[in-house]
Amino acid sequence: MSSQPINVVIAGLGGQGVIKASDILADVAFSSGLDVKKSELHGMSQRGGSVSSDVRFGERVFSPMVPEGEADFLLVIAPDQVEVNAAALGQGGILIDPSQIDESSLTNKKSMNVALLGVLSLHLPFPVEAWTAALERNLPEKLREANLLSFSIGRAVAQTTGQPQ
Amino acid sequence: MYTNRKTLITQAFSLNALQQQRALSLLSGDEAVAMAAIDAGVKLGTGYPGTPSTEILETFETLGGTAQWAPNEKVAIEVGIGVAFAGARALVTMKHVGLNVAADPLFTVAAIRLDGALIVASADDPGMASSQNEQDNRRYAQAAGVTMLEPSDSQEAYEFTLRAIEISERWQVPVLLRMTTRVCHSKTIVRRGTVAIPSPRPPHFEHDFPSRVMIPAYARPAHLRLRKTLSAIAAWNDKAGLNQLVPGSSSLGIITSGVAFQYVREAAPEASVLKVGVTYPLPIERMRAFAASVKRCLVIEEGDPYLVEAARSAGIAVEGKPEIFRFGELNSKRVRRILDCDSSPEPRPVPGKPPALCPGCPHRSVYTALKNLDCIVAGDIGCYSLGVLPPFEAMDTLVCMGAAIGVGLGLRHSLPLEEAKRVVSVLGDSTFVHSGITGLVEMVYNPPATGHLVLILDNGTTAMTGMQEHPGTGRTLAHAKTGKVVFEDLVRSLGIRNVHVVDPTQDPPKFQELIQTCLETPELSVVIARRDCLLATRSIREYERCNEQPTN
Repeated sequence: MSSQPINVVIAGLGGQGVIKASDILADVAFSSGLDVKKSELHGMSQRGGSVSSDVRFGERVFSPMVPEGEADFLLVIAPDQVEVNAAALGQGGILIDPSQIDESSLTNKKSMNVALLGVLSLHLPFPVEAWTAALERNLPEKLREANLLSFSIGRAVAQTTGQPQ
Repeated sequence: MYTNRKTLITQAFSLNALQQQRALSLLSGDEAVAMAAIDAGVKLGTGYPGTPSTEILETFETLGGTAQWAPNEKVAIEVGIGVAFAGARALVTMKHVGLNVAADPLFTVAAIRLDGALIVASADDPGMASSQNEQDNRRYAQAAGVTMLEPSDSQEAYEFTLRAIEISERWQVPVLLRMTTRVCHSKTIVRRGTVAIPSPRPPHFEHDFPSRVMIPAYARPAHLRLRKTLSAIAAWNDKAGLNQLVPGSSSLGIITSGVAFQYVREAAPEASVLKVGVTYPLPIERMRAFAASVKRCLVIEEGDPYLVEAARSAGIAVEGKPEIFRFGELNSKRVRRILDCDSSPEPRPVPGKPPALCPGCPHRSVYTALKNLDCIVAGDIGCYSLGVLPPFEAMDTLVCMGAAIGVGLGLRHSLPLEEAKRVVSVLGDSTFVHSGITGLVEMVYNPPATGHLVLILDNGTTAMTGMQEHPGTGRTLAHAKTGKVVFEDLVRSLGIRNVHVVDPTQDPPKFQELIQTCLETPELSVVIARRDCLLATRSIREYERCNEQPTN
C-alpha cells in the first residue's frame, strides 16, 4: 500500500489570508515534486466567516480533503477558531497558533498567516529556499519584504522553542 | 507514523522532479477547464457568475480567451448556440441552479444539429456551501437527452473539457460538463497537452432549416434523430468511452463517478473500481459486466441515487447508499461508513463563525430601515441575503434569482390591507438584471391594489460571487467600457413614476422616511439604493480611471 499523505489544515476568518497560506504551502510541496491536493470552500468566505483550507501532499493523494481527526498539522490564524477546528487534528498532531508569535514583532500585522507558515516550515522537509521562492511567487512585490520577515520570525520562534520530531 | 512519511517525502523531494514539471501546474478544476478551452481554441466563453463556477470564465479571459458575462444563463446558452451554429466552439458556464434558468433552450438544443461545439459547464454544490438547493444536474442530462461528462479532479477537468468538445463535434450535439464544488475549487496537479483534438474549423454558415428550426414538422424527426444519436454514444461509451477501471479485489467492486472516485480510492484501496466518465448516456453493459465480475457491487455517488437507479432499472444487482448519504458532500470517512453499512447518526461539526454583512456595508443602512419599519421583505440572492441573520433578521423570503418581485407581488395581492402595505421586494443590481426585469413588467401589468415598492440595492458589482461586472456597471467581464443599462431609465421607461435614486448611507433617517412614504402611497415605487460595495470601491475607481484614458 502506498504511503499516507501529510495532512495540513489551515483555518481562520475571512480576510486573514487562509487561502493565501494554503496556496503557498501547496506550491512548496508541488515545486518539490510531490503529489499535492488542496481544497477549501469559497463563496461566503469574504464576509468575515470561518474559513479553512486543507492541503495534502505525498507520493499519491486521492481525496482533496483531510479526513476529520487525521490532520498532522493544524495552523489556526484566529485564536477563536482553534476550538472550531480542533476535531481536524489527529492524535499526536501539532497545533500552530498565534500564541506562538509576538504580534508586535510583525511589521505587517496581516502577515500572521505567513509567520505561522514559518513555524510550520521547521516541521516539514522542505528547504528554506523552496519556501522563499513560493512566497515570492504568491505575493505581490510590495508585500514581499514584510512577509519574508514574518516568515523568518515564525521560523526562528520554532527553532528556539524546540525542534520537532 | 508521521516520521516514516516524512522520510518518504524527503526521498521524493531528493528526486526533485523539476524537469518533469515543465508541463505541470497546480490548478483548480475551474482553471483547468479554462486552460482546456484555450487549448481547444474556444471562440467564445459566456455565462453568469455563480459559485463554484465563476473562475472558469475569469481564468479563460486571463489566459487570452474571449469571455463575457451574460445577463443570465438562458441568454448565455442562446449565445453559445449561435456560436455553435456558426461552426465555432462555445463554452457556457453557470452554477447548478443556472441550468434551471437555461433549461428552456437546453431541452430543445439537445435535438438540434450543431456545426461547432457547445459545452455547458454547470457546477453542482452538494452540501450547499453557497447555494439555495442541492439539486443533482445529472438528472438534467437524462431529462433533456444531453450527453454528460463528470471529471473527478483538475486533470480530468482539463481532459474532459477537450473530450466534450470532441464528442460535441463528432455527434453534433451539446455536451454538459458536470462539475461539483470540490472539483471546481480543489487544486490538483494538471499535465497540459495530454489530449489532442482536431483544430477548430473556420466559422461559416449554411442553411439547414429542418435541423435548426424546431417547428413541430422538423422537431419530430429531430427527436428521433436525438434518440438514435444517444444510442450511438451509449454504444461508444460501452466500448471506449471515458471509463476507468481500477483492478482490485474480486470480493468488492465499486461503481462511481466524479469526485466520489477519489474518496472511494482512499477509503477502499483494495476494491475493484469502475469509474464512469460519461454519466449520460451510461455505459450500461460495461457496468453490468463489472458488477458480474465481483461478489459485492456497490454504487457510491454523491447526491441523488442516479447511477444506482439506472443500474437497477437495467437489471443490474447493486447496493446503493443509505438515504442519509444523499444529503451533503461525501468524503472518505462517509464512504467508509457506506461500505460498512453504517447509517448511525454522524457527528455534527462544531459550528464556525457565520458570515455577516461587512462593517460599513451599504446594505446595513437598508436593513436597519426595513427592520425599523417592520416591513415584510421578499428577498433575493446575493450578499444582502445575509440580512436574514441577526442583528437584522429583516428578510422574510428567498427562493431563486429575481423571485423577490413576484413573491412580493403575490403577498401584496393576498394579505390584508395593513400587512400588504408593509411588503417590500428587495434585490441586488446583478440579480435585477438577471431576472428582475420581467418581475417589474408583471408589477406594471398586474399592479396590487396597495401599490408596491421594489428596492434595488445597487452596489455596482456582483459582490457575492467575487466582484464580477454586469450590464448595469457598463463594464465588460475584463472591466473595459461598454454599453450600460441605466436602471432608473429602464424603470421609468416601463411607466413607473415614483423612481428614487439615493445613497442609503448618506442620511439613514431620510432614507427610512423615503421608504415609509413609498409604503404609504398606493402607487408603484422603485427605490434604487446606490452605493458601491466597500470591497469593490477601489477597483471600480481604478477601472473607471483606465477606461477614461484616451486610446489610439
